[in-house]
Amino acid sequence: MIHSLFLVSNSGDIFLEKHWKSVISRSVCDYFFEAKEKAGDPENVAPVLQTPHHYLISIYRDKLFFVSVTQTEVPPLFVIEFLHRVADTFQDYFGECSESVIKDNTVTVYELLEEMLDNGFPLATESNVLKEMIRPPTILRSVVNTLTGGSNVGGTLPTGQLSNVPWRRVGVKYTNNEAYFDVIEEIDAILDKSGTTVFAEIQGVIEACVKLSGMPDLTLSFMNPRLLDDVSFHPCVRFKRWESERVLSFIPPDGNFRLLSYHVSSQNLVAIPVYVKQNISFLETGSCGRLDITIGPKQTMGKMVESLMVTIPMPKSVLNVNLIATQGTYTFDLSTKVLLWDIGKLNPQKLPNLRGSLSVQPGAPKPEENPSINIDLKIQQLAISGLKVSRLDMYGEKYKPFKGVKYVTKAGKFQVRT
Amino acid sequence: MSSSSAFNDEKGGSSSVGEPEYGHDPASGGIFSSDYKRHDDLKEMLDSNKDSLKLEAMKRIVAMIARGKNASDLFPAVVKNVACKNIEVKKLVYVYLVRYAEEQQDLALLSISTFQRGLKDPNQLIRASALRVLSSIRVTIIVPIMMLAIKEAASDMSPYVRKTAAHAIPKLYSLDPEQKDQLIEVIEKLLADKTTLVAGSVVMAFEEVCPERIDLIHKNYRKLCNLLIDVEEWGQVVIINMLTRYARTQFLNPNINESLLEEGGGGEKTFYGSDEDEDEDDEEKEKEKKVEAAAMAKRKPYVMDPDHRLLLRNTKPLLQSRNAAVVMAVAQLYFHLAPKAEVGVIAKALVRLLRSHSEVQYVVLQNVATMTIKRRGMFEPYLKSFYIRSTDPTQIKILKLEVLTNLANETNISTILREFQTYIKSMDKDFVAATIQAIGRCATNIGEVRDTCLNGLVQLLSNRDELVVAESVVVIKKLLQMQPEKHSDIIKHMAKLTDNIQVPMARASILWLIGEYCEHVPKIAPDVLRKMAKSFTNEEDIVKLQILNLAAKLYLTNSKQTKLLTQYVLNLAKYDQNYDIRDRARFIRQLIVPTEKSGALSKYAKKLFLALKPAPVLESPFKDRDHFQLGSLSHLLNAKAGGYQELPDWPETAPDPSVRNVEVPEWTKCSSREKRKEKKVEKPFYSDSEGESGPTESADSESDSASGSESGSGSEGSGTGSESEESEEASVSEEEDEEEEKKTKKRESKKPVQESESEQSSEEEDRKRERKSKQRKSESESESDEEEDSESDSSQSESEDSESEAEIKKKKKAAESKPPSKPVKKDTKKEKKEMSLLDLDDFEPTPSPQVTPVNNLLSNSLVTDLEGLSLSDAVLSPATIAPSSALKSYELLHRITGEGLSVEYCFSRQPFSPDANMVAVQMHFTNNSTSDTKNLHMEDVKLQSGMRVKDFPEIELLPAGEKATAVMGIDFCDSTQAANFQLCTHTRKFFVSIQPPVGELMRPVFLTENEFKKEQGQLMGMNEIAEKLTLDAKCRNEHAIVQRVTTAANLSRVPCGSDKECRFAGRTVTSGSLVLVTVASREEGAAQLMVNCEKMLIGTMLVKDILLALTQ
Repeated sequence: MIHSLFLVSNSGDIFLEKHWKSVISRSVCDYFFEAKEKAGDPENVAPVLQTPHHYLISIYRDKLFFVSVTQTEVPPLFVIEFLHRVADTFQDYFGECSESVIKDNTVTVYELLEEMLDNGFPLATESNVLKEMIRPPTILRSVVNTLTGGSNVGGTLPTGQLSNVPWRRVGVKYTNNEAYFDVIEEIDAILDKSGTTVFAEIQGVIEACVKLSGMPDLTLSFMNPRLLDDVSFHPCVRFKRWESERVLSFIPPDGNFRLLSYHVSSQNLVAIPVYVKQNISFLETGSCGRLDITIGPKQTMGKMVESLMVTIPMPKSVLNVNLIATQGTYTFDLSTKVLLWDIGKLNPQKLPNLRGSLSVQPGAPKPEENPSINIDLKIQQLAISGLKVSRLDMYGEKYKPFKGVKYVTKAGKFQVRT
Repeated sequence: MSSSSAFNDEKGGSSSVGEPEYGHDPASGGIFSSDYKRHDDLKEMLDSNKDSLKLEAMKRIVAMIARGKNASDLFPAVVKNVACKNIEVKKLVYVYLVRYAEEQQDLALLSISTFQRGLKDPNQLIRASALRVLSSIRVTIIVPIMMLAIKEAASDMSPYVRKTAAHAIPKLYSLDPEQKDQLIEVIEKLLADKTTLVAGSVVMAFEEVCPERIDLIHKNYRKLCNLLIDVEEWGQVVIINMLTRYARTQFLNPNINESLLEEGGGGEKTFYGSDEDEDEDDEEKEKEKKVEAAAMAKRKPYVMDPDHRLLLRNTKPLLQSRNAAVVMAVAQLYFHLAPKAEVGVIAKALVRLLRSHSEVQYVVLQNVATMTIKRRGMFEPYLKSFYIRSTDPTQIKILKLEVLTNLANETNISTILREFQTYIKSMDKDFVAATIQAIGRCATNIGEVRDTCLNGLVQLLSNRDELVVAESVVVIKKLLQMQPEKHSDIIKHMAKLTDNIQVPMARASILWLIGEYCEHVPKIAPDVLRKMAKSFTNEEDIVKLQILNLAAKLYLTNSKQTKLLTQYVLNLAKYDQNYDIRDRARFIRQLIVPTEKSGALSKYAKKLFLALKPAPVLESPFKDRDHFQLGSLSHLLNAKAGGYQELPDWPETAPDPSVRNVEVPEWTKCSSREKRKEKKVEKPFYSDSEGESGPTESADSESDSASGSESGSGSEGSGTGSESEESEEASVSEEEDEEEEKKTKKRESKKPVQESESEQSSEEEDRKRERKSKQRKSESESESDEEEDSESDSSQSESEDSESEAEIKKKKKAAESKPPSKPVKKDTKKEKKEMSLLDLDDFEPTPSPQVTPVNNLLSNSLVTDLEGLSLSDAVLSPATIAPSSALKSYELLHRITGEGLSVEYCFSRQPFSPDANMVAVQMHFTNNSTSDTKNLHMEDVKLQSGMRVKDFPEIELLPAGEKATAVMGIDFCDSTQAANFQLCTHTRKFFVSIQPPVGELMRPVFLTENEFKKEQGQLMGMNEIAEKLTLDAKCRNEHAIVQRVTTAANLSRVPCGSDKECRFAGRTVTSGSLVLVTVASREEGAAQLMVNCEKMLIGTMLVKDILLALTQ
């Protein structure tokens, strides 16, 4: 299946290679560089490339390319999903997934890759199993290691692989037993010029942080499970119970994990929390344009809109901007031509406004399209779909855990066309 | 060395920028020396005694490998450390070894013995990792060793080791494809494995080694379907893809009726397309045949095979997986296998994947694009999910556009066009060009909006961006071809554009349009030619060709005005650099310019050039891509990738479904038979509602039973017997659905049926009769077979609607080739036992099989009595209680650590009554303290998977100075792994563990000499371990040998004619595998020990233990 993996930095430097079968020369990446050159933007590199003898399947994550090489037929999603899992694992182990961090932990990374695939077929991808075999580096341990010459290789043999709940290891012990669930909803929307909704939907996830001793068996139930239209589960969730009773029954992995992602049925009207009044125009003659944006609350269910941020990718011919913001600060990146307005909290009494002039390259034609406005926001203690967790029960263990549920609504791909 | 380091340097050169640690400074010129030096000190570190230094060295070496540097010259130094005690060093050495073994084959061989030792380790994880590394070493010489190791591991008792064995199979196959046959045997064995851990890996091995051996899947099909949900996600993907292929070869097309209907109405001849080119007569017949076939299909409503349904039902929940690859795999399975009405469920899941990473979106959209061509309705409700955001990467935008275009129809076209209008204003020019093409496609597909689209596109002609204009011209050209008369003004408008547009493709398109429709623009056309002639030399090739075409066409229609111009252009072209253009010029001149010897063709010049051209069809690039399995790499690339397995077409008649039946135990058979009877009663009810369609085929098994009863041959029971229960249930629960389906289908197809009914039914009946007679024959045959085989009514005797007798026989043979081993064994055993009852009077009294344990106890105590006399080295614990005094007792809890409580345990060798699969452990508690101990019980049992424990009853009170005894049972799962638990008193908890010697994992069985020899004969080869030894001076007589062996292992003696040989037999407690031991003594204390055991691990350990007992 997966023959080799090359980690390539954004600048085109191959800084790590791993082969699970015989060695493939890194010159195979030249085809990839060629495609990258052609695509210009790293996001536009085709994930699957065909070369005379190999197929290159790559992903782009955190300014790194994970380029894998295969020689035979393999479902491309299989490889892509696996590569993302690798990146997730790095993230999980080192806190971030960047070139410098991977270079600093080359040996750990190499050992991880060794354990994750056998002969190109995934062997252990559960982070719980991996962590038993290769301990993630911590500051304390790295100090100890430098003193004693120890490494991060686990001394004990992992037993998680052998159990039928591979995502949880046995013998977990905590003094404070706690289980937290974050219900995070994102609004994906496209609004047109006049502010009417072209398309809007709500996607949600439940992120869990479970620190419970032993083998707890949890049941999470909702007040209104009918809202959930399409769901996908962590493997620990028992599908049968969901089908029959609409409750989430599971033995949780230890630590952080995504329990559920869902889609709210499209029958429900999506509440759009803010409105945008905008006017961006470029003059036909003369090298300037005008910009005037006001943002106000629309359907916020009485909650405060926070971390409000507006991003506008300007046309390439815009040279600079000269604006005044009544609230927050704005920046304009001269190279990428992205205007960023960080507003913060939305005050319903005094609406934030950004206005001023844009200077356009002299002689350049007037941009045909007005740039679209992307909005980012956060509303605490509100799931915009109205989803509510009703209760969490624990079986199988005797202690009483501390339980908590938090709701957050965010803007996903929230775009206003102008 | 120097060459390798030079190579190394060259390799590292490209990436040396970001490597502060090992980046060399070329200015110093010391590359070589530093290289030497660096490796020297690594070697030194590796040779040192300190693990920390070794570890540091290994880390640096692995870092080098990770960066793609060459570290092969360190091989000898590294390989020495393969047996290092430190697990961390060891792991890194393995990493190194796997990387470089291929290059240094001879040296790599040094490490092999370490792994071979590891393969025998009692810890399953060590066995697995040894196998993993051993199989990863790509050295051809060790192929036989690998083969042996894989075979051994494939029957290991740990599923994890078996999984590793499955992983090793493709490795060995790629190393030496000649091993294929042997590997297939292993695969076959592992496919039968019932654990989820193994399933995914072995199917992966199957796909890599022998994807064509679909027959291996039959028996495991239902098991795989049922296990699927619990298999790890990567395995799921592989299994689902394989099962898709399998289903395509074994089941009927669920949409068969529909496709036949289509065939009748539309012109799509998929089924009989091959005979199309025949005479009219034949065509007549063919038509008849087709009508017949269609009618037949309607008459005989399609009923889904219950196994087909099982697959669809068991994969559906996986659409909810978090793993995109799994969701995609299920989606493609449904697309390729499900009835049209059910495919819709996948749309929602696929749309969900669009929220994922852009790479995932890319792949999913490609597949959605293909699906939307065939099944547009499926995605229509999700139209808006494919709307494009300005932040999407271009490749995603273009794919979404493709999907939107495929989804466009009369009802939604206005919304889609409105969307397109916003896209045209995008800053991303490639995307705009694609949008324009998409508009063109919408316009050709949907007649109502053609004019609107055309107008929109014409407006774009005044766009400032040249690319947009050019693209529009190309698309307009295609649209105009459909109805040129109406749009001469557009053509005029475009003629004007030639002055401004520079994009060659667009210019060529305009010229072609003007030439083609020159009669609509008689005034402008010659003028355009004049301009073009002026700039001819500066044009691109495609434009030049079109200028020539234009000239030719104008010459033919309007020679008065353009004769000279044409001559001029042709002259220019004559001397052009491009030979295509020169050729074209020559060709045109010959054709159109009349000369004295102008050929016959020139008469037809007008016909040639001004023929009516068919309008181009704007097609999706994704059309017909679905002949590749969706979700595959080949589909994505639209080209066959290496190792791609074609998705076969549906068979026209379903292959025998009975091949998937698995033998089931007696009792299920009975119950299934009962069920069948119930069904038969129900049947008329259904068939009433269905009319005559009922009895023909609802499920193959049913039709079988019906025919059986008609024939009245008495073979009914055996004929229907061994349908497995699962399928039974499946079909029952399916019944309702099927009914519904049938009914609806009925309604649809009622009329045509009536028309062709009479001749159809008679034919049908004939066929039925024929089939029945065949069945009868085959059934009677099977019966006679069974009679020979006196009690094996478990043998397979399905004779469903099979194709030919020969095949039935073959299958029967195949099915029976396995079972005989069991029934026959039983048979002989029974006989032999009776015999032995007589024989045995000579040897031992009353050994009836039922009372073996008792007898065994007796003999045990006898042995122990004797032991007490002769064994001087047996440690007799004072604490042990009388009956088991000779049993070796082990300490569980020492008096001091137990704070006065001491516990000892021994294996009582008595059957543990609550659970026969457990080993009885007798515990002796002694309270040495001055206070009472209360509530003595156990807690928190930690076990390896598969092991079980039955706690001893709580001891309420153990007064000071007193003793107590309790018995607990442990199922060690035939392994010597320890059972860990806590021993609790009212005040304290103690961690304790019980580890059994291998000899206690078995219980004695009684065998006669003949049986022993027979069983031994079946446990040869891998299962036999022989060892030479010199007997201890004290145990050279038979008596002593027997004593020592029975002390070491819980075996019973097998009577034997020769006094030189002692034989012992037992069965392992959990799995009941036979353990046979033979000790043959020779002269002067030399002896040979032979152990035969199916569980090789147990065998090896037992050999070790007995050797120890006999030599000391």
